[in-house]
Amino acid sequence: MFPRPIQTLSPASQRLYKIALPVMLILWLLPLLGVAMTSVRPSSDLASGNYFGIPSRLAFENYLTVFRNTELEKYLLNSFKVTIPTVIGAVALSCLTGFALAIYKFKANLILFFMFVAGNFVPFQILMVPVRDLTVNMGLYNSITGLALFHIAFQTGFCTLFMRNFIKALPFELIEAARVEGVSEWQIFRHVVMPLMRPAIAALSVLIFTFIWNDYFWATVLTTGADTQPITAGLNSLNGQWIAAWHLVSAGSILAALPPVLMFFMMQRHFIAGLTLGAVK
Amino acid sequence: MPEAPAIPATHAPRPRRSRRALAPWLFLAPGLAMFLIYVIIPIFQSMWVSFYDWDGLSDATWVGMANYVELMDDEAFYVSLKNNVIWLVLYMLAVPAGLMIALFLNQTVRGIRIYKSLFFFPFVISQVVVGLIFSWFYAPDFGLLYKLIEGLTGQSVAILADERLVTYGIIAAGLWPQIAYCMILYLTGLNAVAPDQIEAARLDGAKGWKMLWYVVLPQLRPATFIAIVVTVIGALRSFDLVSIMTSGGPFGSSRVLSYYMYEQALSEYGYRMGYGAAIAVVLFGIMMIFISGFIWKMWRDEKGVR
Repeated sequence: MFPRPIQTLSPASQRLYKIALPVMLILWLLPLLGVAMTSVRPSSDLASGNYFGIPSRLAFENYLTVFRNTELEKYLLNSFKVTIPTVIGAVALSCLTGFALAIYKFKANLILFFMFVAGNFVPFQILMVPVRDLTVNMGLYNSITGLALFHIAFQTGFCTLFMRNFIKALPFELIEAARVEGVSEWQIFRHVVMPLMRPAIAALSVLIFTFIWNDYFWATVLTTGADTQPITAGLNSLNGQWIAAWHLVSAGSILAALPPVLMFFMMQRHFIAGLTLGAVK
Repeated sequence: MPEAPAIPATHAPRPRRSRRALAPWLFLAPGLAMFLIYVIIPIFQSMWVSFYDWDGLSDATWVGMANYVELMDDEAFYVSLKNNVIWLVLYMLAVPAGLMIALFLNQTVRGIRIYKSLFFFPFVISQVVVGLIFSWFYAPDFGLLYKLIEGLTGQSVAILADERLVTYGIIAAGLWPQIAYCMILYLTGLNAVAPDQIEAARLDGAKGWKMLWYVVLPQLRPATFIAIVVTVIGALRSFDLVSIMTSGGPFGSSRVLSYYMYEQALSEYGYRMGYGAAIAVVLFGIMMIFISGFIWKMWRDEKGVR
């Protein structure tokens, strides 16, 4: 193991390490802790210049104010409405594409695979004008469907990379054996490969959930207004309205961050597998 | 595949072989169609649009290279390009910084899993929230960092309002989640480092930096590769933070190409789709240099596997 396990060092260094851990963590999360604390600070504290001291009391009503005075719950709901179908759509499509690229040998295989990989890396701006135009022409501009459709298509690139590498690592003998038995290709996909893909599906779902939840660029390009915009774009426009009301901005930020954070904590192992498995085989 | 039976299956509507040639295309069809329509074709359409003068509504007029000629003389374009280079260079700090934190956390003490997760936190939250957090951190008069600098030096500076500092301030905000990302890649990589090699090197007297450089880092190469890929792409894609923290200001000094493109094509500054597309094509060209490099490496690895 590298670095040398701390247990083999002197008790003094061990103690030092145990102190350094929380200190480093607090420094690392300082901006976030500051915001969390501001979100429960009563506005009177801010007015009297108490920005960093202990809040005079815990003002959880800031969160209520945010909900009461804004359309935050609409934005949050929109985020779910965009994110969940995207996760389902992109994962479903990439199970199919990943299977095709991992199992079959055909001429265009590698070219198509690298097309998905490269497409996943391009700058969003090169897609912006045509995608916006296409969405407008389909009558889907400023609709949740329009935004989700684009996300599904774009995320298919990354998901295909991930699924293809995962399926490729499965024992190929399983598929050969099934073929010898005369099982059809669709049945092989459905009953031989799919059951083995559960961990990949879980990992990818968590990851795509966070990606889409946190998307801001496409939300501003394809939607406008509280009826369709997700929380990221909503938060930005609320920030414009709440000049200097940092206790409200903070409460809103915490609320916007919460769903992906909870997701991460619940599905931690899958999440981390997702980040690395797709690219390292 | 073993060559199978001599007796053809008479009841089969089509021979298996041709069915198997068709199968991958059927599996690919829906995903590929979506990807072509929304990603691949728009790339070429953007290139096409960049030769037009178009406001997005009325008829477009062909202007040839005029948009690109205009770019050559556009002060704001060069500012954005310069900032993109700064982003790219400074963002690379995330890779060694992530490695350092990963090494710091690569121990087995009580509760280390929680520590690792909490260190990873900044990556999970949206860049919009990160941008707001840092705007607050930098805010003049009451921001935590502002107060710290004031306490240390007697006078402070409003980072986001200072033309010379603003880009660095935004990059620092961007580094926060990016370091967390690189850290987790390295933590996973460190799990896979072969313990016997470390022990062998240790018996040979290797330790500290030498051990890291000659024994550990070569084994971490896959993690380093992905860390570099995601960092380069992340740096050149930077948009959210610039938009949230400064909207490109003050006086356009914190613009990057992605933001300048958006500003030209789709904001109160006007709807110059053609000009915006030309900026996007330049950014695309820059990114393609890196993307081709990555693809070339992955391609070689693929061939090596066979």
